[in-house]
Amino acid sequence: MILSVQDVVKSYGNYMAVNHVSLDVPKGSVFGMLGPNGAGKTSLIRMITTITAPDSGVIYLDGQKLHARSPEQIGYMPEERGLYKKMKVGEQLLYLAQLKGLTHHQAMNEIDAWLTKFEIKDWWNKKVEDLSKGMQQKIQFIATVLHKPKLLILDEPFTGLDPINTNLIKEEIAHLNESGISIIFSTHRMEQVEEMCDHIVLINKGKNVLYGEVKAIKNQYKQNLFRVEAHEALPTELPDRFQVVKSEKNAFTFKLENDAESNELLKFFLQKGVRISRFEEILPTFNEIFIQRVAETEG
Amino acid sequence: MSKLSLIIQREYLTRVRKKSFIIGTLLAPVGLLVYLLVIIGLSSYQGGDELKVAVLDEAQMIGSLPDEKGVRFIPSGGKSLDQLKTEVTEKKIDGVLRIPALSNFQLKDHTVYYYSDDKLAPEKSSQIEKRISSKIKEFKMDSLKLDAQQLKLLESDVSIDPEGINSDQENDHSKYTAGVGLAVGGIMTFLLFFMVLMYGQMVMRSVMEEKTNRIVEVMMSSVRPFDLMMGKIIGAGLVGLTQVVAWVVLSGAVSFLVPMVMGAGAMEPPMNPGDAAAAVDPEMMQDTGMRIMTELSKQNWPLLIGSFIIYFLGGYFIYSSMFAAVGSAMGDDLGEGQSLTLPATLPLILAFYIVSMAGWRNPDSGLMVFSSIFPLFSPIAMPFRLAFNPPWWQVAISLVLVVASAVFFVWLAGRIYRVGILMYGKKVTLKEMWKWTFYKG
Repeated sequence: MILSVQDVVKSYGNYMAVNHVSLDVPKGSVFGMLGPNGAGKTSLIRMITTITAPDSGVIYLDGQKLHARSPEQIGYMPEERGLYKKMKVGEQLLYLAQLKGLTHHQAMNEIDAWLTKFEIKDWWNKKVEDLSKGMQQKIQFIATVLHKPKLLILDEPFTGLDPINTNLIKEEIAHLNESGISIIFSTHRMEQVEEMCDHIVLINKGKNVLYGEVKAIKNQYKQNLFRVEAHEALPTELPDRFQVVKSEKNAFTFKLENDAESNELLKFFLQKGVRISRFEEILPTFNEIFIQRVAETEG
Repeated sequence: MSKLSLIIQREYLTRVRKKSFIIGTLLAPVGLLVYLLVIIGLSSYQGGDELKVAVLDEAQMIGSLPDEKGVRFIPSGGKSLDQLKTEVTEKKIDGVLRIPALSNFQLKDHTVYYYSDDKLAPEKSSQIEKRISSKIKEFKMDSLKLDAQQLKLLESDVSIDPEGINSDQENDHSKYTAGVGLAVGGIMTFLLFFMVLMYGQMVMRSVMEEKTNRIVEVMMSSVRPFDLMMGKIIGAGLVGLTQVVAWVVLSGAVSFLVPMVMGAGAMEPPMNPGDAAAAVDPEMMQDTGMRIMTELSKQNWPLLIGSFIIYFLGGYFIYSSMFAAVGSAMGDDLGEGQSLTLPATLPLILAFYIVSMAGWRNPDSGLMVFSSIFPLFSPIAMPFRLAFNPPWWQVAISLVLVVASAVFFVWLAGRIYRVGILMYGKKVTLKEMWKWTFYKG
């Protein structure tokens, strides 16, 4: 495990921001932290990044309890992004890298490599305020990963990015992940999670309401829904065990008692001589799972 | 390099390299010089064109009046008042001064009349009054057959020379002791007040800037909030010291070079033979200068400068940490924070006010003793009193309190800062800030 959060509590005055949350982030995973705005994601991240300390509970980073030098192993890009506007790009990156424990020499090498990679070496002497928003985001990203962290925490990394830069950053995230860096990816946009993450935690009102591997969760929440689409109208006389939950033109969605029956369903149509054009299992989206889970936990 | 020193370095360098800082540092002494020259120029300003005044001396007591700065007296030459008035209307002269005879020798008040449609400037009016008054005095002395030399012997200047009875301090005070003390203390107080206020607010702006820039959360994930706050306070303090040192050096250079370039006489205000100032004996002026120098050399400079530095650091840390805490609690809008900055600026202004009102009158009054010990006031009040040799135990208590308070306020501000800096979109009250100090971690 790269990160292990154990029974962590954080409150501000009477407000419980994080309520006994536990979770493990496997090494090398892309871990999605989901939840609506105000669920407690940022409060949890701030404790992982040592910005604040838990009221109770423990957090381990790579097997060690968080300590004064832990931040040097973490790269954090907060949702509220910012840079020193009056500082030059090069100086700024150098400063932030040195604060993360790099020597002047190491920092210069890394900055050089990243600016070369993004083809922006001539930006060194540009002031941040003279850059466009998208350009600033690139600098921000570089600042987050310069010190080669073991764990990268990205809070809503794609907000405010155009499609081209979104892709660029996505590719870089994939690259970094391949090189062994574990990534926590916090967002309230569920579709991004399905696309990028292998593990997730769902947080609502400060509590961990769902946690595990993406595939396993989807399986757990699937309702044995199957959709059959044909080239012509489907027969309407069906055995009782095949319950139609939705009918469209040339397509039906069935709810089966278990997924073993899917073959029976297919067999039935084939025997009827129906020309099937499409047959698929409908898995729940995280949005649906989330809504269902929230409804369950809030009783 | 430690993180704190990296932060101090950045805070210091970004400020010192700013154009506004360089210009301000270089131009302030030049600005001061220009200001002094303007003041000197204004004080010797003649006040418009020369005024031509006909003098109608009805009782022949004045005799001829020598011309003065900006005023030319013309004898009436036997013309009547009406004739002279016509001359005024014809713009041949500017006005007529009619001096009636003394109706009663015993009366102190005597009125003379000035005829003109133009207003007589207040400065010229009093100039003429003085001149006539001294002429009437001469006339009275003549009439009473008094000897001017003997009369002068009646005058004596009295000054009090304070002598200690039980104290072991040197008793060679003179009438200059108090004046020099006031000047030295006043300058120290003034400097401290402005430096603490200026650089304290610089810290506040810098904290707010990081918060509005949203960079603070990135910073917090690399350094401890306390380090970031201290880095700012120390960095801005060093900028302040740099500026003061630069000013001292530059002012020294300017005051040394300018007279050399412009010629020694250029700095002195021009004088007319008729001026009252000319009556001052140059030897006496030299003597005054010497005595002031002696008084200055009698001041315990190592103690003064040493305590100036301690009080500057103490006051600066107390107030700049307050400003840092306030800055962290403020939103993007400076206006909404007014109620928060007030508690930080008020004691400072109050202290300055107490010193400038009560201190001048009596540096050892109860109010001043209290102010020079109370740690929120003492950085401003005690340096003022130091020039007057206060009891050593008061200085000791004051020093201990100011250092302890500096430590306490830095700690307290750190507690508020770490919470406030991450708080957005909420109007913060003082009560809330107080609650933050009890938050864990």
